[in-house]
Amino acid sequence: MFFYLRRIILLFITVALVSVITFAVFQVLPGDPIRTMLGTEADETQIENLRSELGLDRPLYEQYFTWIKGLFTGDLGNSIRFSMPVSTLLMERLPVTLSVASIALLIVLLVALPLGIFAARRKNKASDVVLSSVTQLGMAVPSFWLGMIFILYIGMNVDFFRINGYIPWTESIQGALSTLLLPALTIAIPQVAVKFRYVRTSILEQVQLDYVRTIRSKGLPEKIVVYKHILKNAMIPILTIFGLITAEIVAGTIIVEQVFALPGIGQLLITSISNRDFPLVQGIVMYITVAVVCINFLVDILYSVVDPRIRLR
Amino acid sequence: MLKRKCWLSFVLVCVLFLIGACSNSEGDNSSTAMSGDTNGQSSSQAQEIRVRINDDPDFLDPHHATASISFQMILNMFEGLFIPKQDGSLTEGVAESYEVSDDGLTYTFKIREGITFHNGEDLTIDDIMYTFERLMGLAGGEKLSNNFDNVDSIDTLDDTTFVMTLKEPNSNFLYSLTALQSAIIPKSNDGKHNENPIGTGPFAFVNYSPGSSLELKKHEGYWQEGLPYLEKVNFIFQSDDQAAVMNLLANEVNLTGIPGHRVSEVEGNYNVSHQNNNSSLIITFNGDKEPFNDVKVRQAINYAINKQDIIDSVFSGYATPIGSNMSPAMGDYYLDGLQEVYNRDVEKAKELLAEAGYPNGFSTKITVSSHNDIYSSIAQIAVENLKEIGIDVEIEVVEWGIWLERVYSGRDYEMTTIDLTGRPSAYEVLNNYISENDAENFFLFDNEEFDQVMSDVLLESNRDKQIEYYQRAQEILNEQVPAVYIADYQILWGSTNNITGLKSYPFWFHDMKEVKFE
Repeated sequence: MFFYLRRIILLFITVALVSVITFAVFQVLPGDPIRTMLGTEADETQIENLRSELGLDRPLYEQYFTWIKGLFTGDLGNSIRFSMPVSTLLMERLPVTLSVASIALLIVLLVALPLGIFAARRKNKASDVVLSSVTQLGMAVPSFWLGMIFILYIGMNVDFFRINGYIPWTESIQGALSTLLLPALTIAIPQVAVKFRYVRTSILEQVQLDYVRTIRSKGLPEKIVVYKHILKNAMIPILTIFGLITAEIVAGTIIVEQVFALPGIGQLLITSISNRDFPLVQGIVMYITVAVVCINFLVDILYSVVDPRIRLR
Repeated sequence: MLKRKCWLSFVLVCVLFLIGACSNSEGDNSSTAMSGDTNGQSSSQAQEIRVRINDDPDFLDPHHATASISFQMILNMFEGLFIPKQDGSLTEGVAESYEVSDDGLTYTFKIREGITFHNGEDLTIDDIMYTFERLMGLAGGEKLSNNFDNVDSIDTLDDTTFVMTLKEPNSNFLYSLTALQSAIIPKSNDGKHNENPIGTGPFAFVNYSPGSSLELKKHEGYWQEGLPYLEKVNFIFQSDDQAAVMNLLANEVNLTGIPGHRVSEVEGNYNVSHQNNNSSLIITFNGDKEPFNDVKVRQAINYAINKQDIIDSVFSGYATPIGSNMSPAMGDYYLDGLQEVYNRDVEKAKELLAEAGYPNGFSTKITVSSHNDIYSSIAQIAVENLKEIGIDVEIEVVEWGIWLERVYSGRDYEMTTIDLTGRPSAYEVLNNYISENDAENFFLFDNEEFDQVMSDVLLESNRDKQIEYYQRAQEILNEQVPAVYIADYQILWGSTNNITGLKSYPFWFHDMKEVKFE
């Protein structure tokens, strides 16, 4: 119980700190949201009217406290660029980003785990060497480049895939997959490579330990040795890297959404920063913060599930 | 143990069912998706167009919107008393006819009957009054525009007659009565003009998803019989030019602007049309700072910069050279020949520089925005050119927001390059250089004769004489060179072959009124 309470308090402190930092950074950054939005054609009357309408002429601390007050009542304020509530904008885009991220995570899980186990069991054999060098390549490839290659060679040639925009799941499952699969793959490939190496190494580390020799000499079949004993023990480091990878996938969506013109949170973040749309940036940063803190929380809980010796303190 | 296994198999069965259900619905959906696709290909029946636009509109409320990119789209939804034509002149829109009193102060408009708004309501004289009261801030709100500061009063004579009285005569006044400055909007929609914009234009608002698209549909009750042809217009926002070309090739969009160097990829299979954009692409100087306050230095730079190189390498040749702040797209108002005055002449440039007291050149900085690659490409060529006459230029690339704040409104710069977007009125194309135009004169140009010409032209009602004034203004700009006038670069439109009826204007407008798929 105490563990959960501490976690929640930690979440609040993180959110508060992150919000102060983003706010401060935004005050230092040059560039004015109103002028950026209205461009060269605006006259001073329009600029000043909009500024006072949005409350941007008030003192800084007042702007910040209004925002914080809103946060507690669940009101993230209005976007400057889009004249819409930030929460509406986030809600519209959340499904896109969550879908891409979950598909990517699923791919990473389904590919990296079996592949890692396979390679570990065949240590130093040809298949292991090939896999290890291929994944080396996978790690080195930047995702924006991979995305463009996918668009050029798969998206443009295979009818199934669409290279622009997003079709909601509710409209057509096939449609959604046709827009999401390539971006998810783009994020997943470098992550698969990293994850594969972790799985392989942590299994190989376990293999050298005494208990493995003992159960082997006891005559247990190799399958049980690997899946029941080694994998279970190797799970802790694998889980840790999982927490990190999930956070990286969330970050990866920012680039990939831009490449595939997916209307997700990442694309919104870039637009909002270049437009100096403070309330919107703040809202998105809050979402990312909460997401990352929650993932770490989840990983902590999973530790104790995988290894009951670990107590949540 | 057994219990657990039972539970597990139950879950398994559930999952299987789910997968079954999914694949079923997948089957259904794939058939609908297929029929959707065929619609997209044989669009001759569908009459739906997808147009790619670089960025979101700033506002959908036409009185709040200022960015030209917004009007490019929303002019399809709104109309003013007058409608701008392709040659930059005006034609009657919501106003059926008008009269101007002899002193040039009283404008009387007859409002066209039988116009309906997108919501089905008839347009009445109250809506006209409401529109101008809103813009001028007479109805309690703040004033939304400076364009009507010269209006003394507005009034109605009867149900179809609207009168505006000016404080001083202004021959350019009618230009502030188009949808660009004063779109007519219904009183009944007060307070919702941005969320749910309603106008009288050929297309009605359906949906706006920020960062993704703006959907419009045909306005069934449009007053011009038989128009528009299209059932649906979908503006799709995508900032990346390279991705846009791929989208055209993949038939995801029907119409998009394409970069000059990629024309060869789409030529043949797609229509490529080019349009003078009526913008003035310039390299300009801070007229208040030394040495740019010396006209000889400015002229020297004009002689040194190789405009043709810029046109060829940055725009792949798709640009029209200009000699002052006006493009041939402005028709009669444009003064031809000025583009030849500063043909590249390095010796002459050096001479002028020496006469100005800088025989060995000087060092300076050019500040360019990063939101479009063209600016830094232009700056690079300029730097090389200027090196030849001893001027050492450092390039500073900043974000668009910073450029606007520091260079455009802050005037804290030495040199910069930008394109000034076109407007339908010659007056508004040139008024940037009036010394009192604080908001737009970021070159800090201050020339008495120019100011005089620009104030005289407002009092002149004869069009031929107006043209003389405007041409004199161009000559002054060409002599005084507050900027290096490079070119009006063309926008290249790539479109699906079966589209007809695309029109180009001397300002940014994707007019969809007469567009159709053959």
